[in-house]
Amino acid sequence: MDENEIETARAQLSGIFTLIAEMQAVDTSGIEPMSHAQDLSQRLRSDVVTEANQREAFQAIAPQIEGGLYLVPQVIE
Amino acid sequence: MFNLSLQQIGDALRAKKISSVELAQLYLDRINALNPKLNAYITLQPETTLAQAQAADVRLATGKADVLTGIPFAQKDIFCAKGWLTTCGSKMLHNFVSPYDAHVITQFNNAGAVNLGKTNMDEFAMGSSNETSHYGSVKNPWDTARVPGGSSGGTAAAVAARLCAAATGTDTGGSIRQPAALCGISGIKPTYGTVSRYGMIAFASSLDQAGPMARSAEDCALMLNVMTGFDERDSTSLQRDKEDYTRDLAKPLNGLRIGLPKEFFAEGLSDDVAQAVEAAIAEYKKLGATVVEISLPNTKLSIPVYYVLAPAEASSNLSRFDGVRYGYRAPDYTDLADMYEKSRAQGFGEEVKRRIMIGTYVLSHGYYDAYYLQAQKIRRLIAQDFTEAFKHCDVIMGPTSPSTAFKLGEKGDDPVQMYLSDIYTIAVNLAGLPGMSIPCGFGENNMPVGLQIIGNYFDEARMLNVAHKYQLATDWHSRAPQII
Repeated sequence: MDENEIETARAQLSGIFTLIAEMQAVDTSGIEPMSHAQDLSQRLRSDVVTEANQREAFQAIAPQIEGGLYLVPQVIE
Repeated sequence: MFNLSLQQIGDALRAKKISSVELAQLYLDRINALNPKLNAYITLQPETTLAQAQAADVRLATGKADVLTGIPFAQKDIFCAKGWLTTCGSKMLHNFVSPYDAHVITQFNNAGAVNLGKTNMDEFAMGSSNETSHYGSVKNPWDTARVPGGSSGGTAAAVAARLCAAATGTDTGGSIRQPAALCGISGIKPTYGTVSRYGMIAFASSLDQAGPMARSAEDCALMLNVMTGFDERDSTSLQRDKEDYTRDLAKPLNGLRIGLPKEFFAEGLSDDVAQAVEAAIAEYKKLGATVVEISLPNTKLSIPVYYVLAPAEASSNLSRFDGVRYGYRAPDYTDLADMYEKSRAQGFGEEVKRRIMIGTYVLSHGYYDAYYLQAQKIRRLIAQDFTEAFKHCDVIMGPTSPSTAFKLGEKGDDPVQMYLSDIYTIAVNLAGLPGMSIPCGFGENNMPVGLQIIGNYFDEARMLNVAHKYQLATDWHSRAPQII
């Protein structure tokens, strides 16, 4: 981002947070947070392999691979 | 041919009046002629389409055809489809040829449907005008100087311009209903958990839901029959008995109680939209419905709540795009951190970056309670408003969008103005309820107006019935833009 872009982004984000600040006026004491549209518990399943191995198909679209491994810039000297 | 219903197209295919290959070719020719004006499609793969059509013809010949076998649909580019470029409207996935099918795609394939192509959309479904797509804006077929709405704008434009028989969309805050309204078509976002999200690129996982977009409620019902159903690969997919969504289409509307939220007819609603919606309500009274005023007092708060929760979920979901395993990787970088940063800085567009920044901020230590938790608490208040309202009515009606389609570029520089246009649709996603939009007339500049129908949980069959009876009594849904 250059200086102009930073200024535009700053103004836009301020506008958005002014909008978001409207929430602060609401008294929510005693209200249970709603994290999901349906009150469900996570389904459990047996610990068995269900997916077939598709390593080659998945690696065929990777930016850079070698010997079946994904390549990234060296992290450890 | 291009104005037939899905049932009629299927009948013609089964009666061998036309083959699936001929039909697909007709649509491909039409797309080649008109898509350059509209930019509704991102990807076409005619060979894949025609091979699918050929297979459908074999199935039709052996008498094993289902309702949708051989019919050409378009798929929003948010659905992974094996062998198809799947971009989600982003440069980040400009080279992502999906190695697998989304559940929705599998369902269409199993039904023998034909995929014409992938439709344009706002980048990662973040937008209400289709202007955030890396692949250029989509133009509204009713006036190519105007937006088609978003984020399923490509689908809406393609359906309205008859560039497919029908198509899919997804709706996180109104992304099926608002473009359906702005392009004069029908679209339904089902109850959260009804359609599997497997292979549907995630934006805000607790809100995202796929649904059909078509020229009529009847077509939507036939598509919903194919799209819905339990899928163990989506942890929020609901285990319910399979429904026939066409079962109540013909039911009379006598005694139907329509709730009109006073907050949906207040300041901010354009006169032309208000007039068309009020005329639709009058038509419903003629069909035997009664009207009751209701209140959804927290409607206004749905916008700030949504613009905290959706970016929060998005910031987490989009962290997977790092340039390592698939998608865009920056050409030059110094080390691993630099590669992540540059790939993300160059691969994501402005609106996506804005939402990732908002999301990470509201989730950060010290702000979590004030923003994220507070938004989740108000989300419950918003959902409770609907529970209260449905004690007094069977369906809720109002406008889908406060105005008809605005001009391209009109709201581009001001995200807040764009966000405010989602006022009538967002609360439905927060509550997880089903919502629908159907055409109910035209406003200023002859642009389509959408009527929103909100139902109680799992009440899609009734909503489709309510929409279908209106479409039998009126012809707004069969009007076509002049581009044709």
